[in-house]
Amino acid sequence: MANLNSNFPNPARRANHSALLSLTHPNKSMFERQRALLRKAVPAGFPSPADDYVERRLSLDEHLIQHRESTFFMRVAGHSMRDLGIFDGDLLVVDRSVPATHGCVVVAVIDGEFTVKQLLYTAQGKVLRAAHPDYPDIAITAEHDFSIWGVVQWNVHKV
Amino acid sequence: MQRAIALVDCNNFYVSCERVFQPGLEGKPVVVLSNNDGCVVSRSQEAKDLGLKMAAPWYQMKGLARRHGIVAFSSNYSLYADFSNRVMSLLSRFSPNQEVYSIDESFLDLTGIPVDHTAYAQQMRETIRRCVGIPVCVGIAPSKTLAKLANHVAKKNSRFSGVCDFNGMNAVELDTLLASIEVGEVWGIGRHTAPRLQEIGIRSVLDLKRTPAKRLGARFSVVFERIVEELNGGACLELDDVAPAKQQITCSRSFGTLTSSLPDLEQALVAYTTRAAEKLRQQHSMAGGIHVYIRTNPHKEDEPQYQQNILTPLVEPTDDTRSFCRAALHGLRQIYRSGHAYQKVGVTLTHIIPAANRPNTLFDDVATRQRSHALMTALDRVNRRMGSGTLKLLGEGTHQSWAMRKGNRSQRYTTEWSELAVCRSS
Repeated sequence: MANLNSNFPNPARRANHSALLSLTHPNKSMFERQRALLRKAVPAGFPSPADDYVERRLSLDEHLIQHRESTFFMRVAGHSMRDLGIFDGDLLVVDRSVPATHGCVVVAVIDGEFTVKQLLYTAQGKVLRAAHPDYPDIAITAEHDFSIWGVVQWNVHKV
Repeated sequence: MQRAIALVDCNNFYVSCERVFQPGLEGKPVVVLSNNDGCVVSRSQEAKDLGLKMAAPWYQMKGLARRHGIVAFSSNYSLYADFSNRVMSLLSRFSPNQEVYSIDESFLDLTGIPVDHTAYAQQMRETIRRCVGIPVCVGIAPSKTLAKLANHVAKKNSRFSGVCDFNGMNAVELDTLLASIEVGEVWGIGRHTAPRLQEIGIRSVLDLKRTPAKRLGARFSVVFERIVEELNGGACLELDDVAPAKQQITCSRSFGTLTSSLPDLEQALVAYTTRAAEKLRQQHSMAGGIHVYIRTNPHKEDEPQYQQNILTPLVEPTDDTRSFCRAALHGLRQIYRSGHAYQKVGVTLTHIIPAANRPNTLFDDVATRQRSHALMTALDRVNRRMGSGTLKLLGEGTHQSWAMRKGNRSQRYTTEWSELAVCRSS
């Protein structure tokens, strides 16, 4: 598919042409195939009945990433979020552009370190709550150097 | 209608990128060093306040750095390029007409956008800060040259809160401001020109603005007439929305350790030539010549110094890595002298033309050319998909003892799965 990249810098167009590539004859040399594509012609033979139904294959990126510019991946280290299904070594999909509301799982920065916790707004102020009985709540006080780095949108866990 | 051109510039861009993934460095003096940790290329405000100069050789700064606990990073260009793309993409939402001017600067045409431009620019700052964590400043003015200056003012003068709109000022206010800026700050006026202007009494930006173009014309190049007109609010320079194809492509780097061995130089040369040829193909061009240069370390004054360069023309314009490497190695062997400790080797592809305009020549061998095209296409395709350097010429060597020193490069948090930031859950 990428042998056309140089001719078609536009990713959308590239995608369409990549679909076409699989319809050309596999024994042709790459150069011939490319020429064939450039003419948008399919080598002689029976037209495939699937021709009109070529669509882009599903992409997990599209599903997991709502805002491309503000989404980052991070790796989890530790067990404190176990009961919310976030385990040691998991992959977090974090969006910085989403507002951090009550109950969100967030990546917070406390005293310069990243930590993943559930954010709660209580009468006493902001609380970071773990999802594991062994880990106590962290009440955010003025002494903490605290900020919300991003909101966790998905957790990717290897089964 | 008055033109309104915004220049958005990221503050201390490389340092800011590093801080996004190391938030503990906020408020601390941080610098980023050039290739091979040679000199300082980006400084946090705290580092600037300590008197660290841009482009200062790092080895001279080490004492100061130790005393003040300055954190120094080797350059992490994969990270900076990714952040740059994110910033530029966010900015593109704010205007239909954008010119990405450099890795950390972008012009946006705001002319006719019916909102308060200062508030709009604050919105840009807020968006970029929130989405990617990078602080930016915005300058707005009727010309690109003035927008650059407005940005300079926005950066230096905290009373503007990061946005300075010359269009919103009256003439007296603006001239007072321009009178306070040295003429050397004007875009396009270099280090060498500023003293020449000062000699004839042009010290501030306002002085230059008020100089009749004719008076400059005789002494300085015609470019100056354009600069003066831009300073007076005439927009001579339009926004180029498409980056023009480069007329020369260079790839050069300093070695991690000095080397006097020809095979080392050859390997490095093949690696850089390969990179330059990739860039050439990306912009759909061909090149007709290749220029090679080598030099020793000019800072080691007690060692014998040598530098030389050579241009090797190609039989016909091409984009084939192999042809360039052959020509480059031929050139290198002409200029190589043994007994010197070389610090740097570089290549520049010259005589660049669009691939589509390649002339047919007497010795055209169509079959070979088609094979070359197919091979280069496949090469680029594999390297794009599997990672740069997956397929390469053996001439690059498998063990690159000359490779760049990246002593303290941070993780490639956004481009390598194995280098993601770790988030503690404990």
